[in-house]
Amino acid sequence: MKAILTTIGKDQVGIIAGVSQFLAEKKINILDVSQTIMDGYFTMMMMVEIKDEKADFAVLSEELNELGTKLGVEIKIRREEIYHAMHQL
Amino acid sequence: METEKIIETIHMISDENLDVRTITMGISLLDCIDSDSTRACERIYNKIMKKAKNLVKVGKQIEAEYGIPIINKRISVTPISIIAAASADKNYLKYAQTLDRAAKELGINFIGGFSALVQKGYQTGDLKLIKSLPQVLDETDLVCASVNVGSTRSGINMDAVAEMGKIIKSAAERSFMTNTKMVVFCNAVEDNPFMAGAFHGVGERDTVINVGVSGPGVVKHALENVRGESMDVVAETIKQTAFKVTRMGQLVGTLAAERLGVPFGIVDLSLAPTPAVGDSVAQILEEIGLESVGTHGTTAALALLNDAVKKGGIMACSHVGGLSGAFIPVSEDAGMIAAVNAGTLNIEKLEAMTAVCSVGLDMIAIPGDTPADTISAMIADEAAIGMINNKTTAVRILPIRNKKVGEMVEFGGLLGYAPVMGVNKASSSQMIARGGLIPAPIHSFKN
Repeated sequence: MKAILTTIGKDQVGIIAGVSQFLAEKKINILDVSQTIMDGYFTMMMMVEIKDEKADFAVLSEELNELGTKLGVEIKIRREEIYHAMHQL
Repeated sequence: METEKIIETIHMISDENLDVRTITMGISLLDCIDSDSTRACERIYNKIMKKAKNLVKVGKQIEAEYGIPIINKRISVTPISIIAAASADKNYLKYAQTLDRAAKELGINFIGGFSALVQKGYQTGDLKLIKSLPQVLDETDLVCASVNVGSTRSGINMDAVAEMGKIIKSAAERSFMTNTKMVVFCNAVEDNPFMAGAFHGVGERDTVINVGVSGPGVVKHALENVRGESMDVVAETIKQTAFKVTRMGQLVGTLAAERLGVPFGIVDLSLAPTPAVGDSVAQILEEIGLESVGTHGTTAALALLNDAVKKGGIMACSHVGGLSGAFIPVSEDAGMIAAVNAGTLNIEKLEAMTAVCSVGLDMIAIPGDTPADTISAMIADEAAIGMINNKTTAVRILPIRNKKVGEMVEFGGLLGYAPVMGVNKASSSQMIARGGLIPAPIHSFKN
């Protein structure tokens, strides 16, 4: 399944590395990355693919939360359908 | 997908309290009817446990995968007055206890449907159910009750209106929380996912999933960007926001229905406030340009809001239903509470507001010494507004024992807190004592 991982926070060294490393450990493939500074905040969007259809999102979200705290950013993961539903006809 | 759109959704959820207020599973209990109430209750329990076994689990799964808070998982059932009518029981507490037990074991938030539809008169079971209400509301925790006393097609059953005044008083004597779980309706709808008034209508499918969305904070935030613009722009902004919110509700409802193997019913397009900061319908009205909700212009602003939410939501989902409109509960809305405390919002203005929104006089604390007849008369007024305007109206009035106007009452959680509001002191008792039926209005004869 495809999901969108968002990372928002104060820019600093090692955010991309930290997130990518986590995803690699979890065998989550990165399909697309975009990164920008928005309103002074580091903002990264990643389209990722989770091969394991039974992956536990609650656990994954919790682990990403912890990683976010460590890196000083907010990391969220949501399945992509929600964004399509809300913004596309 | 554009980055801005993704960020917009994230802000709506993280900062503006966007959520799915409820996933409600409607379950028909018609196949549980039995003249032996013990056997009937056993069937009711088994059916609810079987149908809703995975409701909470699926709700939590969707929350985790899509990152959308789903605040409540609820169940509505066929009005119990119909189900219990075949039994010879004198009191329907046993049925309520069965619902309560199932709800607790399933881990859901509320179960609605301890209800009677008496808009034209009582059938076997209706009055027994109504008389059971004070005890049921006091002795169960998660059971919600409703009584429909009027409709545009039938008129208003003034005997039931008189009775409900007494029931509300008697329930309030037991505990001030009892009446938070009961609604008196005119034109009640059969597919409402919101509590306390949800029940599963007899015209519905056996089991169905209905969804109630919310998001006053999102609308308020969107309006902050169009300050000073014309009302056309205000309406358009609300429509666009409601569209997005409803699309999310549609997605969640479809997913839930699919995973539970149950047909998807409706999305209820309601703006349901919570006492949390930034989750207030009152503050939307103030954002439109009122110094305080309750002042002149409030009804017009609310009419626009209510209509624009529907127009935006209606194209966003396959079937719209339920109550679909802005809720204006006092205790559950920080802006309403502030306005009552400031003296700018009173019951009379709230009554006017109910003519242009869903639903009615909701979560309003009144002095405990208010006579039952006065409460009945308040119900009659609301029912009349609903009957004449072809809309649902409801009364959830909370007499608070030993409390006077201006004193605060804490209900806790999503029910919030409320200052006790003053009611008109002049008596309505002779009108209420008449009983009978207010005939259906002329415009109800459409055939």
